[in-house]
Amino acid sequence: MTDMSDTGMSDIAAGQRVLNEAAPKMIARDVDVFYGDKKAIDNVSIDIALENVTAFIGPSGCGKSTFLRALNRMNDTIASARVTGKIELDGEDIYSSGMDVVQLRARVGMVFQKPNPFPKSIYENVAYGPRIHGLASGKADMDQIVEKSLKRAGLWEEVKDRLAESGTALSGGQQQRLCIARAIAVDPEVILMDEPCSALDPIATAKIEELIHELRGRYAIVIVTHNMQQAARVSQRTAFFHLGNLVEYGDTSEIFTNPRATRTKDYITGRYG
Amino acid sequence: MSLAALALLILGLGLIAWVAARAKAMSFGSTGQARQHSLPNYHGWYVALWAVLPALFFLTIWSSVSGGLVTQTVLESPAAASLPAMEMQRDAILDEARRLAEGRIDAAFNPEAEALAPIYAEATSFYSLIGSSIALLLAFAAGAFAFTRLSPTFRARTRVERLVMASLLIASLIAILTTLGIVLSLLFESLRFFSMVSPVEFLFGLNWSPQMAIRADQAGSSGAFGAIPLFWGTIFIGAIIAMIVAIPLGLMSAIYLTQYASGRVRAWMKPALEMLAGVPTVVYGYFAALTVAPAIRDFAVTIGIPGASSESALAAGLVMGIMIIPFVSSMADDSIAAVPQAMRDGSLAMGATTSETIRRVLVPAALPGVVGGVLLAVSRAIGETMIVVMAAGLAANLTANPFQSVTTVTTQIVQLLTGDQEFDSAKTLAAFALGLVLFIITLLLNIVALRVVKKYREAYD
Repeated sequence: MTDMSDTGMSDIAAGQRVLNEAAPKMIARDVDVFYGDKKAIDNVSIDIALENVTAFIGPSGCGKSTFLRALNRMNDTIASARVTGKIELDGEDIYSSGMDVVQLRARVGMVFQKPNPFPKSIYENVAYGPRIHGLASGKADMDQIVEKSLKRAGLWEEVKDRLAESGTALSGGQQQRLCIARAIAVDPEVILMDEPCSALDPIATAKIEELIHELRGRYAIVIVTHNMQQAARVSQRTAFFHLGNLVEYGDTSEIFTNPRATRTKDYITGRYG
Repeated sequence: MSLAALALLILGLGLIAWVAARAKAMSFGSTGQARQHSLPNYHGWYVALWAVLPALFFLTIWSSVSGGLVTQTVLESPAAASLPAMEMQRDAILDEARRLAEGRIDAAFNPEAEALAPIYAEATSFYSLIGSSIALLLAFAAGAFAFTRLSPTFRARTRVERLVMASLLIASLIAILTTLGIVLSLLFESLRFFSMVSPVEFLFGLNWSPQMAIRADQAGSSGAFGAIPLFWGTIFIGAIIAMIVAIPLGLMSAIYLTQYASGRVRAWMKPALEMLAGVPTVVYGYFAALTVAPAIRDFAVTIGIPGASSESALAAGLVMGIMIIPFVSSMADDSIAAVPQAMRDGSLAMGATTSETIRRVLVPAALPGVVGGVLLAVSRAIGETMIVVMAAGLAANLTANPFQSVTTVTTQIVQLLTGDQEFDSAKTLAAFALGLVLFIITLLLNIVALRVVKKYREAYD
């Protein structure tokens, strides 16, 4: 992780990684998540592949965000939350005592529902992760990481002349792309997106979706969304959650055209949700 | 009739007016006409207020005017022609006559007073009769006037509400006017001081020795009013030593309480910390003087620091810093808690540790609030009196050695104004000039603090 050149910052490296990935990037088996005594996720097992964008859909309160946060142990910040079962990243149990949560979150990045740039400059926002993980060897190196990340997030052209301005002064859509750039900057392997467009207007949403397309294959992307059209547009695999259960998981085209479970069908045809 | 009885009588009238007006308003309901605008209670209050307020207002004015009128009458009487013209003697005699008339003394020292007493008594009762009559008449007239206005469509509620608002406004104005009065009194006394001592000497002089010579041959009482050593002592103790203690401790305890402490720990630790703010400053004062100061002096002597005094800047500053901790920590606590969870999550999701998140995201985001809290704490510290009076000493030393004794503005004000004092000497008036400077400094600090907090607060929605 410390050397930028061979861990997927170039297209060739990323391509090789795809070829080498026979096994799924992340595997979850029999995962339960509790908040205190309340079971929020019940016995979920799922494989997440690198080459796919995976969408989690389902009505409000179905546990999709909770499960997403279990994938990079963000539930650790909630005192009452407890996770059982097994979640593996490249075959390593992320809840084992040997897994350093700092390292894990560098490998599994996250983008939140509401854009949450730090009240720092655009540059410092992107440089934040590389700084805390010691990824840049000097000013020039950091400049390069920042530029590359912003370019990948499709924000470079809009902000290259005002990197010193506060990240909070950007528009909502730009802020969200800044947050994606910030996540990309530490060169993660998986990016979790928790309803990344729910606070954005349609044009900003379209830009983020386009960005997700471009990032696909380079990073395993998991996106939680309320918007079924969005899931259909951006994802290759879709998981339908309901009341803490994983009801159905399969190819997006399959789920949307030929759902097997009635609950999925009802949700997709708009009976509830 | 005494003033209190009269006031009670008027209030009684008000009660009657309330009951009567309410009854009248109730009768509107039974006529079955259009809906009343206001509830009967409001009609009652409307009439009662009209009956009571003008009369009470008149009484207030009257009680301040009538004394002068009585004296005027007495002076115009033939018996007063023999009074000495000198004001002080005349006033003494008049005062005696008044007290005789009121029956507070049995015999007078001045023979003239005996003669004036009956005239005084007569004039007093005459004017008090006039006053009471007018007041009662006013109560009746205003009450009756209000009573006749009542009708089902009369907007009593609106009018009563307006009066409530006016009384609230007056209540808030009183605090402001008092502050203004304090400032003006400080200002005028200071001007008197500056007519004796030049402002330049006061503000920039290095020598403070306010003892004035009482006799011409008295030695060593030159009366030097250079306040720089005082300002330095104040800043040294309140803004430097106290803040070196309070800022890190306050900030770190706020961080612990908001970020690390579990709900249970926080539930008892935060009130316990805030209890520090509830300790009377005089208790801090003797803690500083009797416990901390000797310990510091012994320590200084042990490590061989010259000039260690048993009343040291360090002792006062340390204890003051402890006292200030709750201010800093509660302001810091509030502003850290105001940084949204999303910010914290964002940082943690990048793989930052809790302490990295605090250092790089939370504290910078909360900084304006923290700075504001620190400035308020400084203004509190430099105005603080008891601790420095007890522990800082009186010697106006201009020194940066924390083990030496320094003195502060507040300490000197206390020194200058306690005991029997003549209020026209430069020594006493100097206290007002010091007070004025202190007031201006704390005012500026408060303004800056509020502006900092307002201007740089990140608007998280």
